[in-house]
Amino acid sequence: MAPVKVYGWAVSPFVARALLCLEEAGVEYELVPMSRAAGDHRRPEHLARNPFGQVPVLEDGGLTLFESRAIARHVLRKYKPELLGGGDLAASATVDVWLEVEAHQHHPAAGAVVKECVVSPLLGGAPDQAVVGENVEKLRKVLEVYEARLGQSRYLAGDLVSLADLSHFPIMRYFMDTEHAALVEALPRVKAWWEELAARPAARKVAELMPPNFGFSKKP
Amino acid sequence: MAPRKLYGMPLSPNVVRVAAALNEKGLDFEIVPVDLRTGAHKQPEFLALNPFGQIPALQDGDEVLYESRAINRYIATKYTEGPELLPTPSAKLEVWLEVESHHFYPHVSPLVFQLLIKPMLGGAADPVVVDKHAHELARVLDVYETHLAQNKYLAGDAFTLADLNHMSYLFCLSKTPKADLVASRPHVKAWWDDISARPAFQKTVAAIPFPPSA
Repeated sequence: MAPVKVYGWAVSPFVARALLCLEEAGVEYELVPMSRAAGDHRRPEHLARNPFGQVPVLEDGGLTLFESRAIARHVLRKYKPELLGGGDLAASATVDVWLEVEAHQHHPAAGAVVKECVVSPLLGGAPDQAVVGENVEKLRKVLEVYEARLGQSRYLAGDLVSLADLSHFPIMRYFMDTEHAALVEALPRVKAWWEELAARPAARKVAELMPPNFGFSKKP
Repeated sequence: MAPRKLYGMPLSPNVVRVAAALNEKGLDFEIVPVDLRTGAHKQPEFLALNPFGQIPALQDGDEVLYESRAINRYIATKYTEGPELLPTPSAKLEVWLEVESHHFYPHVSPLVFQLLIKPMLGGAADPVVVDKHAHELARVLDVYETHLAQNKYLAGDAFTLADLNHMSYLFCLSKTPKADLVASRPHVKAWWDDISARPAFQKTVAAIPFPPSA
């Protein structure tokens, strides 16, 4: 049987999301490396896979999928549905709510901080402190809600870990390397939740492919 | 049985996203006003429903949900009458649900805010913001144009949640000077003409308290 293939660069938090789900589900896969610097994602053969010219792309049997959260849902529905709430309507509805929270409340703020504080300097630019400040404040308010939530249940969507938790791992892996990790450190339940997430074997394995400098070599 | 309660402002496209799904499924509901202009969304009674303080929230029996796209998944999964909005297998549908969320929405939302909502609140559209997002939305809709040349609906042959989740913002966009972004793309236009003619959507827009055109 043809193995599952993921196209992309593993340093991307979006590619990492797909890899994390495959690792959690114990699915054998092949990571087909692509070069961002060489513009592989804009070549016709990649645009045929993803017309938006982004990574990751997943091939599973006859399916070609893009959008990391759609890939995550597909992989888990097929190979580990308990991470989506199983067949229970109330449980899966709660997972879906917190997946949307990750996508629309958490990621925009945490992603902006990572872009300014990690990526910009690696590309030779300086962080836009106004953008950083605005997004740190947004993220603080979001994480205060998480802190309260994690006082009611062990994980975001209930007492069982789910994709709602896992989906946070990739961007947080980079966020926690910035000075703004203090936001998380100051919230005891969020901190404990993060540490547990990062300690999962699948997360450790994927993190090995995600060096904090995004694989850019440091200037001497 | 207590009616379903959809909390929010009847003009909010995120609220209308849910109203559209409820109407496709033929479900009764009432809109419970949460007026953003008075800060009602930040009051404890509403935060008890959605701790992130945003509309909509849906109360359906004992369930309280927020995030319009999660609410719509719940409606599509729970209620089997009416069209099958989330058929399985659904990998292609899942892709286009995410495309709405991460390619379409980030550009159509600020456009609608600048061109429709801000003027209603007494402000003026920011042309720099409008141009930036119109340009980006045009590129996104070019991808849709190619896709819809090969697919009648986003997930294939049938209308699904992937199409439905676009409709409230497409409707609002059609009321702005940027309506041509859709009208100028034949397959996108044909798709919009088809889905907006659905009786359930006609019912949904009839309930939107649009101010009369100038």
